[in-house]
Amino acid sequence: MKIEVNTHEKNILRLAEEHPELVVLSADLGTSCEVKKFRAMYPDRYFTMGIAEQNMTSWAAGLAREGYRPFIHTFAVFEYRRVLDQVEMSVAYPNLPVVFVGFVPGITTPGGVSHQSINDVAVMRSVPNMAIFDVGDATDIDYILDMAYDYNGPVYIRQLRKEVPRLFPADEPVIFNRARVLSEGDDVVILSSSICTEEAMRATAVLKERGISVSHMHVTTLKPFSDPTIVDAIAKAKYGVVTIENHLDIGGLGSATADLMAEHGLGKRLIKIGLKGYAHGASKMYLMEKYGINAMNLVKAVEELTGRDLNIGKDDLEEVRFVDFLEV
Amino acid sequence: MDKKIYSKEEIQAIANSIRKQILGIALKSGGCYLAQACSSAEIVASLYTNVMNLGPSEGLWEPIPFPGVPGPDNMDYPKGMMYNGAPAPDKDRFFVSCCHYASVIYCALAATGRISPDCMDKFNVDGWNMEMIGAEHSPGFENTAGSLGQTISIAGGTAHARKRRGDTGKCFVMLGDGELQEGQTWECIQAASHYKLDNLIIVIDANGQQVEGKIEDQMTEEPLIERFKSFGAECVSVDGHDIDAFCNAFKTPHKDKPLVVIGRTLGYTGIKPLEKRWPFLHFVRISADEREEYQKIYDEM
Repeated sequence: MKIEVNTHEKNILRLAEEHPELVVLSADLGTSCEVKKFRAMYPDRYFTMGIAEQNMTSWAAGLAREGYRPFIHTFAVFEYRRVLDQVEMSVAYPNLPVVFVGFVPGITTPGGVSHQSINDVAVMRSVPNMAIFDVGDATDIDYILDMAYDYNGPVYIRQLRKEVPRLFPADEPVIFNRARVLSEGDDVVILSSSICTEEAMRATAVLKERGISVSHMHVTTLKPFSDPTIVDAIAKAKYGVVTIENHLDIGGLGSATADLMAEHGLGKRLIKIGLKGYAHGASKMYLMEKYGINAMNLVKAVEELTGRDLNIGKDDLEEVRFVDFLEV
Repeated sequence: MDKKIYSKEEIQAIANSIRKQILGIALKSGGCYLAQACSSAEIVASLYTNVMNLGPSEGLWEPIPFPGVPGPDNMDYPKGMMYNGAPAPDKDRFFVSCCHYASVIYCALAATGRISPDCMDKFNVDGWNMEMIGAEHSPGFENTAGSLGQTISIAGGTAHARKRRGDTGKCFVMLGDGELQEGQTWECIQAASHYKLDNLIIVIDANGQQVEGKIEDQMTEEPLIERFKSFGAECVSVDGHDIDAFCNAFKTPHKDKPLVVIGRTLGYTGIKPLEKRWPFLHFVRISADEREEYQKIYDEM
């Protein structure tokens, strides 16, 4: 598996070159959000707003009203939890094209509970006009900024930084409100997002070896969430659905899937794998294992749905993993 | 066409008409944000006449039914800001943060010929755009301001954009003094000072009251002038009922700095019986046994 480095940095520079009205705002975390080079190349389009996220959010709304395209760069947690009222009243209500690029989503930061955006999807899903994209690999990163730029309204991106694996072909773009089909099958449907897709790919490879027919899809667009491909796959699934996400198991991908299943009258089992509550500060791999958002737990969920003991151990799931996130 | 210069008497007449109309609403409906009209009438009348440089209204003459919430399929709804004239590089913009003052703004628009003089017939009527607390679609409003502390930042971002673009017009933002307790207000002042936004003009109706009473009894704000100056803005304080003093305050030099004009006001100016209720004047109700007294004042206005 190829590991790509600083993919966001390359893409924001490319987009900035294409769109002179694109500006970046940050609250003292630009260097941690891959816009250091942007600042060096476009000093007059990089606005330091101080450690003051509320003003930054409403300020971005003012810039957007005048035709600029603000891309806010800071940690995801500071883009929804600290500033929800500003997000709603200054940006979302008037449907302004402000892009919130949220870094170190979920447990991809060792920074502990203050830095971990564990219910951001739940909160942002309930904000009218807001679109939500969750990035899972370098190809997602390559296309996500363009998708956000083209969206008619505010966008919240859960962005990955530094070393990120390229799981999908670089020339196959992300498509808005369409999941990426990674495996087709009719025993179980697995829906994964963010860093959990790599885990799910590892699990599905072994599950298929054990004779399970798996439909696996990677979800990038969490809102809107109405992809007919997902509905069709769930309709066909013999045993049920498993969702796995880098987020609380309330309000995120799992809940969105539950809504979709209920709306389409698809009465089958759904196992939601996600965090059960607040986490704490440690490495990503440690936290994924501790809180069970990993390949092993996914296998267990499939065993539960199918009622079969698949005899899969930890060793079966090991494969080259990408570099852990070590910096705050 | 040259901008009309209003005489002090003409501006006072507009202020008086604002007070009278809003007292009329209070009498008709039993209550409204009357003290805000009493405190800000001269401020708003001066802004809409001699202070701000606005183009002619591009808003619809008559009120309209609520045009819907903005969204991907509804971005071309009639904007409240168009009543302040079409945006243009040399024209000023006006942001109302104290949106409880919506009735004051509507009356000022009517008194300056920017909307139908009968527009207040639709004030606070279910399903219409003349809401009691204004938002993007309400005549005279750029944005949705009811959650305090945000509009100054939106005006700041707009001023920042306009300065970069080389616009000569300014961005005015009107605040109440209670709102200065919001931390975001000061985040914005520091940013506006950092970016040397001398095109940002902050106007404060300092009526010294907030919902629960006198400001100094709730959360001390003074010394305001020193606070604003220490955050990097220029700041002057004048009698907000003195039209000449208020209009002159905007001539204060403020090179490379945002300008804050504090208008010191009283929420019972022009309607004396309100004085005995001060400072509990956030929302004024007129009871049945007070009607006669207030009706008399209305008739004499």
